[in-house]
Amino acid sequence: MLSILRTIWYVFLHSFQKRITVQYPEQKPYLAPRFRGRIILSRDPDGGERCVACNLCAVACPVGCIALQATEDEKGRRYPEFFRINFSRCIFCGYCEEACPTYAIQLTPDFEMGEFHRKNLVYEKEDLLIDGPGKYPGYNFWRIAGVKIGGKDKGEAAHEDAPVDVHTLLP
Amino acid sequence: MTSPHPILSILGVVIVAMSIAAFLIWVERRLLALWQDRYGPNRVGPFGLLQVLADSIKIFMKEDWIPPFVDTPVFILAPAIVFVTVLMSFAVLPVAPGIIVSDLNVGLLFFLAMSSLGVYSVVLAGWSSNNKYALVGGLRAAAQMLSYEVFMGLSLTGVVLLAGSFSLSTIVEAQKKIWFVVPQFPGFVLFLIAGLAETRRIPFDLPEAESELVAGYHSEYSGMKFGMFFVGEYMGVTLISSMIAVLFFGGWLGPVLPGLVWFFIKMFFFIAFFVLVRAALPRPRFDQLMSWGWKVMLPLALINLLATGAAVLARR
Repeated sequence: MLSILRTIWYVFLHSFQKRITVQYPEQKPYLAPRFRGRIILSRDPDGGERCVACNLCAVACPVGCIALQATEDEKGRRYPEFFRINFSRCIFCGYCEEACPTYAIQLTPDFEMGEFHRKNLVYEKEDLLIDGPGKYPGYNFWRIAGVKIGGKDKGEAAHEDAPVDVHTLLP
Repeated sequence: MTSPHPILSILGVVIVAMSIAAFLIWVERRLLALWQDRYGPNRVGPFGLLQVLADSIKIFMKEDWIPPFVDTPVFILAPAIVFVTVLMSFAVLPVAPGIIVSDLNVGLLFFLAMSSLGVYSVVLAGWSSNNKYALVGGLRAAAQMLSYEVFMGLSLTGVVLLAGSFSLSTIVEAQKKIWFVVPQFPGFVLFLIAGLAETRRIPFDLPEAESELVAGYHSEYSGMKFGMFFVGEYMGVTLISSMIAVLFFGGWLGPVLPGLVWFFIKMFFFIAFFVLVRAALPRPRFDQLMSWGWKVMLPLALINLLATGAAVLARR
């Protein structure tokens, strides 16, 4: 009996407590830097697309909302011919970002992407690509990878030795 | 004390009672939110006040679906009964000197009779729905309201003994010296609990118990028929709060402010208390509810009645 009265009293004391509701449209919530929101595709520091169209994100995606087609440019650099994310399916799990070997696909702290038509939630590559490098400012996949592309031969990547000539007997 | 034209006062009571009941939708949600550290509806209009309007437009626009398996006439009648019985009780409620639809000399008995009739609404709704959850809800309502009605009446006999009348305005006048809550404190507590049970609100909402019985007796109701139960419940809260104010807290009596204002202050205080109880307490098990009613509350009410009777006799 007493505990009932005590409960009522404690609940009444809540009238003097601060309300925890965030009045959203007027009062924006704080979003952590690693908040998993709208997906973007980032670029190298020197402006090239980072995505190498390896399809790992599309494979990792549990809802299958990523579709892309790989192709190669004249320098031998792989890139996606198209890259499509259907945000009406995306669950913002971030697996694509984890799977990406080149830091190309990244999730951003932005969730305000409501639309009146479902079709408008299908984002193409133009909608996804941003101008900057996103969360990894200095990273350039093609500078580090040992793959040969136009303008960079084998052994010319950063932290890479010149290739060993296997035909010579000299030490 | 000149009474206004009867039709005018009837209209006044109906309109005021129904608008308070509608307004309570907003009040309850805001108060619950306050006690749960939220805001509640605050978007529609100033402080969310137009939420009432939005809700009523919504509920009028909903499809009023009568399922094919129900007992149609009874199904339609049931929500009307709760509405009518509660509104009838407002007829004997003295709001301020002279502002009363009908100052019956058996006003209190009329109120008790009407609140007993309210049980029919719930039971018939549960029965005619032809749904096992609704039926269980209706059965629970019948058991609960009958057992709590018993000591509800008994808890008020102390007041009647002290005032020497069943007429509610005479009861208010008899509290000029001291509010009945002081000499009749056990009666007040008993009536408060019985009133909560009577309105089927949260600690006593076993008839609807949404976690066990879908929505209990009104599972099959939709649209404005559901709205009638809803508004009927809120009018019941208003009625019980006003009754507490009239019977134990001196109705319109109070210093400085006019009687009408005092009445509404007291009424809203108890409405807020009802919401507070809803915010604070869980629902008991059904057997706990019944044993409380019969083994604790009824003996207490009887003891209170005996003690009051003895005191009144001794003073004579």
